Amino acid sequence: MNDLDQQTRGAIDAVIAGLARAGYICSRQIATAVFLAQHLQKPILVEGPAGVGKTELAKATAAFLDLPLIRMQCYEGLDEAKALYEWKYAKQLLYTQILKDKLGEELNGVKSLSGALKRLHGAGDIFFSEQFLEPRPLLRALQQPAGAVLLVDEVDKSDQEFEAFLLEILSDYQVTVPEIGTIRAPVPPFVVLTSNNARDLGDALKRRCLHLHIGFPEPALEERIIEVKVPGVSASLRRQIVALIQQLRAQDLRKLPSVSETIDWARVLLLLHADHLESETVRETLNVLLKFEADVKAVENKIPALTYQARHAAGDAA
Amino acid sequence: MQAPLLRFFQALRDAGVRVSVAESIDAFNAVAVTGFADREALKDALGLVLAKTLPEKALFAECFDLFFARDALELGDAEAAPPPAQSADGEASALGRMLLEGDGGALAAAMEQAANVAGISGISFFTQANVYGRRILAEMGLEALDREIDALRRQATPAASARADVLDRRRKLLGEGVRDFVKRQLAVYAAGKTQAMREEFLSSVKLTNLDRSDFQRMHAIVRTLAKRLATRHARTRRRARRGQLDLRRTLRQNMATDGMLFRTSWKRQKIERPKVMAICDVSGSVAAVARFLLLFLYSMHEVMAGLRAFAFSDRLVEVSDILERNDIEPAIAAILREVGYGSSDYGGSLENFESGWLDLVDHQTSVIIMGDGRGNYTNPRTDILEALSKRCKRLIWLNPEPDALWGSGDSDMLRYRPYCHYAGVCNSVRHLERAMTDLLES
Repeated sequence: MNDLDQQTRGAIDAVIAGLARAGYICSRQIATAVFLAQHLQKPILVEGPAGVGKTELAKATAAFLDLPLIRMQCYEGLDEAKALYEWKYAKQLLYTQILKDKLGEELNGVKSLSGALKRLHGAGDIFFSEQFLEPRPLLRALQQPAGAVLLVDEVDKSDQEFEAFLLEILSDYQVTVPEIGTIRAPVPPFVVLTSNNARDLGDALKRRCLHLHIGFPEPALEERIIEVKVPGVSASLRRQIVALIQQLRAQDLRKLPSVSETIDWARVLLLLHADHLESETVRETLNVLLKFEADVKAVENKIPALTYQARHAAGDAA
Repeated sequence: MQAPLLRFFQALRDAGVRVSVAESIDAFNAVAVTGFADREALKDALGLVLAKTLPEKALFAECFDLFFARDALELGDAEAAPPPAQSADGEASALGRMLLEGDGGALAAAMEQAANVAGISGISFFTQANVYGRRILAEMGLEALDREIDALRRQATPAASARADVLDRRRKLLGEGVRDFVKRQLAVYAAGKTQAMREEFLSSVKLTNLDRSDFQRMHAIVRTLAKRLATRHARTRRRARRGQLDLRRTLRQNMATDGMLFRTSWKRQKIERPKVMAICDVSGSVAAVARFLLLFLYSMHEVMAGLRAFAFSDRLVEVSDILERNDIEPAIAAILREVGYGSSDYGGSLENFESGWLDLVDHQTSVIIMGDGRGNYTNPRTDILEALSKRCKRLIWLNPEPDALWGSGDSDMLRYRPYCHYAGVCNSVRHLERAMTDLLES
C-alpha cells in the first residue's frame, strides 16, 4: 500500500515535470487528471473559462508523451463525413471504369453465366475497402500505430447528434463503418475534449470522461507560468502583474482576464521596458487585458488604486 | 476498502451529486491507481471521476472534507500510563485495553467499524443522533467495559481501583468522541436529504405562498428548468426542401447503374434557430406572483441567447437590457420600479407591442405571455393578439390563475385563448414543468 502511494506521488510529480518541460506549468490536480487518464484509459473532458490553457494542455501532453497530436475543431453542422471518414469517390468511380474495361479479359473463356458469376465473386470486392477510405481526424487517431493525442476542441459547439456519435469512439476506441465493419485502435489514443460550456453536454458523454475543471490559477502558479512563457520579466514585476490581475478578477466584469491575457500583457510590458507598474502604463495597456469597452470604462478610474495595491501586495514599498 | 467508498458515494448522492454505477466503478479503478494515503491525490482523483459540473465539484469538495475528516480520538488526559498491573483474573475487554493504552488511532478505527455495523448512513434527523451514538458504543463493547470496571471496583485493591478510575474517565471521553463523530456524520448524510425534501416541497407549493427566503433556491430549480427548455429549443433540425448533394448516399444508391448518377440524394437537414419573445405581466393583480414570473423570465434570459423580454402593466417596455446588466434581485426590483404594480391594461400594452416590436415577429418566433389576462374592463384588443398569433410560430400563454376563474369578472382570458397555441395554468414549479414538457413534445 505504502509502496503504491510512493509510486503514485512520484508518477504525478513526473507528469508535472514532463508537462513543465513541454512549457506547460500546471497544478497538481491537472497532473493527476493526466496521470489517471493514462492509467484508466479514459478521455479527459476539460471545462473552464476561455484562455486558461485547455487546448494547450492537449498540446503539452502530446509533447510530453511524445505522440502525434491530432486535432479536431468542432463546429455546428460537423458530421461524420468530416470527422470520421469519407470514401474516395473519384477513385471508386475510376475503379468501376477499369473494372468494366477489364471485365472482358477476366471473363475470357467462360461459357456459362453461372461460371462468369463465380469468376466475378472470386475476383474480390474491393469497392468498399480500406483502400478507398479517406480517414478523417477521428479515424486517423485510431489508426496511429503508436497511439496519439486526440484533441476534440470545443465539443460544445457541435450538435447533439455528433456527441452521440462520439460515444462509441470514447468508450471502446473503435468505430464502425457499415460497409467494412469495426475498426479498432491498436493503441487507444489519449483523448482530450474541451468545452466552453456554450451548452450543457449530455450525461452519457460526461459519464465516460474524467471531468477536469481548470479555473484561474493560484498567484504562485501564475507567476511561474509568466516566468516560463515570458522569461525576460523581472521577479518583482511578475509579482506586481499577478497581483493586479488577481484584483481585476475580483471585479465585476463581463469578461475576466485569463491566463492568455496575462501572458500577452507581460509581453507588452516587456516590450515597453517597464520594470514596475505605473498607473499610466496600466491605463494605456488596459485593452490587452479587457476585451469589452464597458469593462475598460468600469475599471479605468480605479487604476491608480489598483496599481498601488498591486505594488503594495508585491512587496514594493515605493 | 470497499465499504467506506460505497458510503461516500451515498453521501455524495444525498448531497445532490449524481453518481452512476459506471462512475462508481471508475472511482474504484482510480483509487486502485492512486491509493488512499495521499489525501490530495485521492481527492483530485475522485473529484475527476465523480463530479461532472462546477456546482457538483463544490459539493464534492465539501462532502469529501466532511467524510474523510478522520482525527484520532482525543483521550484528553496527558497522564502517564496507568498502573500496568494486570487484574487478577486477566479478563480485560478489547475496548478496555485500547482505552488503557490510549491508542486514539485504533479507537477511531473501531468506532468507524462500529458505526458501519450500526448503519450510520441511515441517519437523517438531528433527533436520531443519541440513538446512533448509543448503538455505536454498544457495538464497540461498552457492556463488557462496564462489567470490567465493576469487577475492578469489587476487587477493592488500590491498583484495581486506580485502573477503574482511569477507565471510567476515558469512558466518558470516548462517549464525547462518539457524539462528535455522530454529529459529523449527520452533517454528511442528512444535509442532502433535508435539502431534497425542501426542494420537493418547494416545487409543489403555490407561488402565492412562496416565502422570500426560498427565492434563491427557487431560482436554482427554475434555472435548471429553463436550461432544459433552452437546450431542447435552441437548435432544431428540420428537413429542408433543398440542400447540398450528399455524395456518399448518392454513390451508394447508384452502384447498380455503374456509378452513373441517376438518382441523387440531398443533405436535407437545416438548422433552425428559433427566437423567443417573453412578455410578462407585472401589474397589481398578479403582484403575488410577479416576482416568480420575473424569476422565470430572468432564468430564461440567462440560458437562451437572444431572448427578448418585455414587461407591462399599463404600458409595455422592453426589459432585456435590465436583465442583461443586473443580478437577479436588482433586476427584478428595477423592472418592478419601472412598470410594476400599475393597473393592468392588456389592450394598451398589446398596442405598444404592435407598434414597437410586432415587425420583429416571424415564423420562427415563439412568443410566451405570462399573465392573468385581467384588463380592468379595458378594450382587450384581441385583434392584435390574433395578428401576433398568425405571425409567430407558437403563442404560449401561462396563466397563474386556476382555469375555473378564467373569464370571471374582468378576465379576458377566454377571449384570448382561441388565439393561443397553448394556454395553461402555471402556478407552481411543477405546473411550469408540466407546461414546458407539453410544449417540448408538441
